[in-house]
Amino acid sequence: MALTTDEVRHIANLARVALSDAEVERFREQLSSILEHFETLTQIDTTDVPPTAQTLELVNVERPDEPRPSATTDEVLLNAPRRDGPYLRVRAVLD
Amino acid sequence: MVAAQPEAASTATRTAYEPVIGLEVHVQLKTRSKMFCGCERDYFEAEPNSHVCSVCLGMPGMLPVINEQAVAFTILAGLALGCDIPAHSKFDRKNYPYPDLVKGYQISQYDQPLCLGGTLEIEADGVTRSVQIERIHLEEDTARLLHREGANGDSYSLIDVNRSGVPLMELVTRPDMHSAAEAMAFLRTLRQVLRYVGVSDADMEKGSFRCDANVSLRPVGTTTLGNKVEVKNMNSFRAVGRALEFEIERQARVLSEGGRVAQETRGYIDATGATVSQRSKEEAHDYRYFPEPDLPPLETSRVTVEELRGHLPELPAAKRERFVAQYGLTPDEARQLVETRAGAEAFEQTVALAGPAHARDVAHWLIGDVTRLLGTLGEPDAELTDSKLTPAHIAELVGLVGQRAITAATAKEVLQAAFESGEMPAAIVDARGLRQINDDAEIDRVAAEVIDANPQAVADYRGGKEAAVKFLVGQVMRAMRGRADPNGAAEALLRRLQS
Repeated sequence: MALTTDEVRHIANLARVALSDAEVERFREQLSSILEHFETLTQIDTTDVPPTAQTLELVNVERPDEPRPSATTDEVLLNAPRRDGPYLRVRAVLD
Repeated sequence: MVAAQPEAASTATRTAYEPVIGLEVHVQLKTRSKMFCGCERDYFEAEPNSHVCSVCLGMPGMLPVINEQAVAFTILAGLALGCDIPAHSKFDRKNYPYPDLVKGYQISQYDQPLCLGGTLEIEADGVTRSVQIERIHLEEDTARLLHREGANGDSYSLIDVNRSGVPLMELVTRPDMHSAAEAMAFLRTLRQVLRYVGVSDADMEKGSFRCDANVSLRPVGTTTLGNKVEVKNMNSFRAVGRALEFEIERQARVLSEGGRVAQETRGYIDATGATVSQRSKEEAHDYRYFPEPDLPPLETSRVTVEELRGHLPELPAAKRERFVAQYGLTPDEARQLVETRAGAEAFEQTVALAGPAHARDVAHWLIGDVTRLLGTLGEPDAELTDSKLTPAHIAELVGLVGQRAITAATAKEVLQAAFESGEMPAAIVDARGLRQINDDAEIDRVAAEVIDANPQAVADYRGGKEAAVKFLVGQVMRAMRGRADPNGAAEALLRRLQS
């Protein structure tokens, strides 16, 4: 299944990645071939296989409601591009 | 300041349309830890970014694990609202690039929520009806963004991740309400039920109970839904009422002028009472939902559902009916007493001590003077347990009045004193010498004195002004420091005046 350049631009926009026209074409080809590769799966007969959202066959993996220590604020902000007191600071975002 | 209201559509125009309102309510659950990690859930007054870990931040290698209490709370809320609890449920990843979720997605539920369907009975404008609930799902709350202006005029945002990952229940109603009053009644009743069940503080001012509304209008008598507007930023019940009234009025005016209501998101501005268009995004939301690969699905057995149902308390509507039947209260008295679970419990504990024959007396004291006194504590939702009064105080007071040991007027004074000091009413009565004087001879003696001292009132009475007796009764009460039985005083006076 080949992607269109518009689809690639849409996905890039959702991921907030800026692409040049040349990159759009390059990723269009690469993403299309990935999709084609996975299309192989459609050849399997799944008539008798119930739909599932996972393959681990695990269910109800839960934990008790018990608080544990958090990281320190310094640790939390260690990778922040910019720090402002105890806060992470980013360019203005509007609701 | 901009005018608060759109130019009002004429009443005829307004009544030509039926508003259709659906609500999305977000409720923070009162767990101890967060939804998918062990960070403490309660961030109220905590230092910014002090309740955060690698799971909250979505660091590589982290693994979220479902908080079993949050799931149980959501199912409990669903059962209280008559929802179906499907056997299979799962979490999904909702992708969106917005810094209030630093990991770039929110764990939510897309097509297999924990609760489906359900109803909530509300009363608005004197009419009782059921509002249909679509679904309730469980997700994680987002980080808090603070918008700031820099010294040089540039603007930026600060992020506090403490709130991110707090268990958040989202309830969606059908487009099933038709006035701002109904929407507000739904929210108040929902808040009451959630507080009864104990799954949330449901406090709008603190942000643990938040609401968005979808509003559209259609010509009365038609059933097709019109273009809907999503109204956001309503941070109090009052704001919900004002925002919806404004929006209904605005849409009625657009339609009556032959216009078309734009399908958009509008924000409510508290300062003006208006809704304003928020920059509409060029494309529809594209969240690329997919099953959350880090979280295995949930299976809820019938056994688990029934076990949880057994933990449901008696809900306000059932309690109200029982209070009417069991204690002979009026529906309105019962409604006031069951307003909070703690208030209803205080009533029943007091009746248990005072005896069922005094149930209505207890109700009157609790609804009247006790509620007034609790209001002076300065907390909006103060309960009996927040004061020095206990059910034993109220029961003893009611008993003293019932035995004619004190008058109603004295009882108010005793209650006030007990409220202030926590002393028991009988002790206060004895210490202050407030026992009612039921001694007829003593009352008669004072009545004679009052008649001698008030010739004008006596003349007025004999001249046909019956009301003059009330003045004389008041004088007897005053002379006896409120301790005389007022009926006895009136009788003694009349006996002398008519002889």
